[in-house]
Amino acid sequence: MPILETIGLERRFGGIIAAHGVNLVVEKGARHALIGPNGAGKTTVINLLTGVLKPTAGRIMLEGRDITDVVPHERVRLGMARTFQINQLFLDLTPLESVGLVVSERLGTGADWWRVVGTKSTVTDEIVEILQRFKLADVMHERTAILPYGKQRLLEIALAFACRPRVLLLDEPAAGVPEAERHELLATIEALPTDVTVLLIEHDMDLVFSFADRISVLVNGSLFVDGAPEEVARDPRVKAVYLGEELDA
Amino acid sequence: MVAPAVSTYLKSRARWSPFEIAFWVFAFATIWLFPGKYLILKDTAILALFALSLDLILGYAGIISLGHAAFFGLAGYVAGLLAKYGIINEPVIALVVAGAAAAALGFVTSFLVLRGSDLTRLMVTLGVSLMLGEVANRYSNITGGADGLQGVDIAPVLGMFRFDLYGHNGYVYCLIVLFLCFLLARRIVYSPFGLSLRAVKGNPLRASAIGIPVKWRLVAIYTVSAGIAGIAGGLLTQTTAFCSLDVFSLERSADLLLVLIIGGTGYLYGGLIGAVIYKFLQDWIANLTPQYWQFWIGLVLVAIVLVGRDRMQASVDAARGYATRLGARALTFSTTFGGTAPDRH
Repeated sequence: MPILETIGLERRFGGIIAAHGVNLVVEKGARHALIGPNGAGKTTVINLLTGVLKPTAGRIMLEGRDITDVVPHERVRLGMARTFQINQLFLDLTPLESVGLVVSERLGTGADWWRVVGTKSTVTDEIVEILQRFKLADVMHERTAILPYGKQRLLEIALAFACRPRVLLLDEPAAGVPEAERHELLATIEALPTDVTVLLIEHDMDLVFSFADRISVLVNGSLFVDGAPEEVARDPRVKAVYLGEELDA
Repeated sequence: MVAPAVSTYLKSRARWSPFEIAFWVFAFATIWLFPGKYLILKDTAILALFALSLDLILGYAGIISLGHAAFFGLAGYVAGLLAKYGIINEPVIALVVAGAAAAALGFVTSFLVLRGSDLTRLMVTLGVSLMLGEVANRYSNITGGADGLQGVDIAPVLGMFRFDLYGHNGYVYCLIVLFLCFLLARRIVYSPFGLSLRAVKGNPLRASAIGIPVKWRLVAIYTVSAGIAGIAGGLLTQTTAFCSLDVFSLERSADLLLVLIIGGTGYLYGGLIGAVIYKFLQDWIANLTPQYWQFWIGLVLVAIVLVGRDRMQASVDAARGYATRLGARALTFSTTFGGTAPDRH
């Protein structure tokens, strides 16, 4: 059974079809990349998967369970978390507080109003582990707004990871990260534990081909090609519509 | 050895600062310092409590309201009617019931308010308070209509302290209730729930993407805020033994926003300090020029909003940031956590 599957997923915006008959299958433990030219509908698909958008037709299955009508925050509880192409962070909070928020929410203590923050050791232990994994320990007391972009990008992933998802959706995690900070980010993504299935939406072909063990190509809102990286790289249709220059070079 | 440091840091925000302790010591000292001023002090305490309730939704959850008087007014009438008809004579219990009634109204109307943008919220909250005011006007056989609710006789608090002519007991009662509600609000904003509100205010999209049920958090704080506003309204009725239609007035809600603009939002003391300044200005200017006091209040408000508070706030923020960094640095040094290379998995 695939861990995440879409069946005939469709989304129209007025007369425009942003996603059409998308049958995406993500296997458990996969490093799956979803690629496609600008405007192919990648972000629409991720918004449909996470529930930000409602599909006009089709179903979404997470671990065999139909989650098409489940609201976004419930999908997180069911094991699917995402990052955003453009950082969506809590700028006035510190990384420590932001991560703490997520951990606390997942452990079901996020609505506690009668106790002060920081008084549950189960929460603080896990905060420490996540801050270290994402190399945020040295900036954990800074306001998020003043962090370097590369650190913000790491925090973006850390917040999703702190949800302890079984499926992690990464929406262009390396977008805009300067060269100097890139290595740290990529190393962190590669070091994600293998029991977390990753669906990567990405423009950067170096990252896609070094990271993914399966690639789906989205063109004009439809799945075009789906296969192992070598197959996709060889596929003449893919070269024609999308990859051409980069692979020839 | 790392987790305790994190825990200490998180908890440090909720620690009472010397400023806060001084503030409350002074607040209670006013009982002995200004014996001739109980009436204005009492009004200030009620306004402060009312402003505190608005700060909870405006400063911590980003919900703007131009109709918070709906809760103030409803509870004001509830407290008055409970006393008038002898349903609940003991003021403290009656106050709790009045607050609960306002909270219930807050819960129900929260679903209307949480839809839409700031402008929608302004209109919906305003609309709710106008409707309630009109309902109170229409059912004048119960509320007394334009004449106000007459014949309210308030029993002694806890059966012991009768509201006296000088307003001493009334003021002490209001101040204690204000302090208790402040403790509750303070506990809430420094809790995980309070932190999640700041996240919702800062970025609702991301908040729901990390599993926070955004809507229910806002419903909860709106309900609490309405309840506290109600307690303020109940206090006014109980300490004046009277309640009139102006408890629902737009002016009351608008004044409340002014109080928060003067004092600042999102640090709990804004409403309290704002209420003190507002009442002091009102009293002082009204003494100088009884006819034109609103002109001067207006001028002072414009001046404060345009010039004063931005700079004041900036310097407060700078000082706070400096203190936080100092604290953080001390913590980092005290553990081996800060500079070490994180292990890879």
